[in-house]
Amino acid sequence: MGEIWRWARDHPDDIWAATVQHAEIVLLASALSVAVWVPVGVLLRGRRIPFATAMGAAGVMYTVPSLALFAMLVPVLGIGREPVILGLVLYSPLLLVRNTVVGLQGVPRHVVEAARGMGLTPRQVLLRVELPLALPSIMAAVRVVVVTTVGIATIGVLVGAEGIGTLIYTDGLNRLFLPPVAVGAALATAMALLLDALLLGAERILAPWAQAAAA
Amino acid sequence: MAAPDAPAAVGREPPGRASVLELRGVTKRYDGAARDAVADLSLTVPAGEVCVLIGPSGCGKTTALKMVNRLIEPSRGDILIDGESVRRRNPARLRREIGYVIQHVGLLPHLTVADNVALVPRLLKWDGERIRARVRQLLELVDLDPDEYSGRYPAQLSGGQQQRVGLARALAGDPPLMLMDEAFSAVDPITRTRLQNDFLRLHRTLPKTVLCVSHDIDEAVKMADRIAVMREGRLVQYATPAELLARPADDFVADFVGADRALKSLSLTRLEEIDLLPAPLVRTGEPVAAVRERLARGELTPVDGALLVADAEGRPLDWLPLSRLPGEGRVPAVAPGGAEPRLDQVATLRDALSALFESGAMYGAVVDARGRCVGLVSAVEIAGTFRRPVREVA
Repeated sequence: MGEIWRWARDHPDDIWAATVQHAEIVLLASALSVAVWVPVGVLLRGRRIPFATAMGAAGVMYTVPSLALFAMLVPVLGIGREPVILGLVLYSPLLLVRNTVVGLQGVPRHVVEAARGMGLTPRQVLLRVELPLALPSIMAAVRVVVVTTVGIATIGVLVGAEGIGTLIYTDGLNRLFLPPVAVGAALATAMALLLDALLLGAERILAPWAQAAAA
Repeated sequence: MAAPDAPAAVGREPPGRASVLELRGVTKRYDGAARDAVADLSLTVPAGEVCVLIGPSGCGKTTALKMVNRLIEPSRGDILIDGESVRRRNPARLRREIGYVIQHVGLLPHLTVADNVALVPRLLKWDGERIRARVRQLLELVDLDPDEYSGRYPAQLSGGQQQRVGLARALAGDPPLMLMDEAFSAVDPITRTRLQNDFLRLHRTLPKTVLCVSHDIDEAVKMADRIAVMREGRLVQYATPAELLARPADDFVADFVGADRALKSLSLTRLEEIDLLPAPLVRTGEPVAAVRERLARGELTPVDGALLVADAEGRPLDWLPLSRLPGEGRVPAVAPGGAEPRLDQVATLRDALSALFESGAMYGAVVDARGRCVGLVSAVEIAGTFRRPVREVA
């Protein structure tokens, strides 16, 4: 333990840089995933065959080992964080598209009918009623995606995406030197837990009614 | 204390407008259906009247209703509001001017009570201050304390409270026309009767044109100025409740109205329309000497040897046998609850009779909108109305 602590104390700049780089990858990949897959979910709801097809494809994609996926994207995007970010985005539809569709399907029909009957336009019904009500389901997926992304992104170092993986692989495994591996593992865990807690807090703020409904 | 029965809040907004609703040869056939869901339906609802569409399930009544606010588009025919075709209106804008209440209420679960009520005023782009005032006014109107309920979510309300909020929401934009689809059928019978009474009282202060769908003939007779009986998409009879009960157009209507038409005609009359017994009302804290003086002067006639104790507002609490009236001092405070049943003066004779029989009480205390006793009624007074011919509603 003393050795780990000493290494951490002697390399604060490396640790800080790795943390910031890693957080950037995770946040970019997660934000892009939400920006792409939630709208796809909106388009696919109520269309059974396209939805089933998309889920099949997303499931197959999910089985591709992450290292292989990143490596396959290198010829297209070069080395660096780009193939990693794209790869992470490709992993997330299984959860995000599905939970968006499930969340939207879970909105009671009479609520939508009442909203239309009050004079909300179809766009207002989607933005002000359906998506807010699907939020708990979507947020559940976002939390899992973000937490898994923190872990998978460490592998990105092998295709040149610097981050916590740099500590674990370049500084640690490559030199058969344990302390940076342990520090990297601890950082990744802490980052995953922190982001998960932040997202849970955000959900509480964005959907205060969900607690009322559950009570 | 001008107009004590009208909720004080009414009047902050200009008095409600009412539209004339006209259906002309409206027909709807769904894709692949063997027959028209609604066939050549023509009827006019005069401004400010309540029209109830009634019939067995599948008769097309809900389809007819939803064509008015274009949730369903007619295949043929036209619907006019104040002479203007709904087909020429943008559907969303049209709906903001038509109140809509449905069986499952459909409150938006992610919005507070206040935000639900404010929905249409916001769509109409009212300013914030006017919306806040309107929300308070409407919650008071439907008998929900704004301070207590504004910030709650629908999941934190009972079914009856949710339907009150639904009613307030539908009224928020001051629509000249209201559509109500089985609005009171998802709650228990006691709550339903209360909601119906509240609605009737509300309709008196805000005379909107109302088109309701119901499968309950008692509700229709109670609420409606006119009843439209439908069968397999067609209009079978369009008449006032009294006329419908007195002269059903055919066997179908007669069957639908039921065998006990005479008993149902009790729903045509409200307690406020008959002669009530004067209540022997004494107030908590009233000097006993004064009570005895009123008894002696004949101003107070005990009923079955008892007086009815009311609170300072005149709300009935419990019966007090004369034998237990103290010799001196003041009328003692009593716990409320003994003066059951309490009957709303807008309740129909049928509801009143049913409440009397259910409670097993001889007399019911008739109360106004604020719960103050205005008289007593027993089965004798109600049966007495049978001696008169069934009143024809003009």
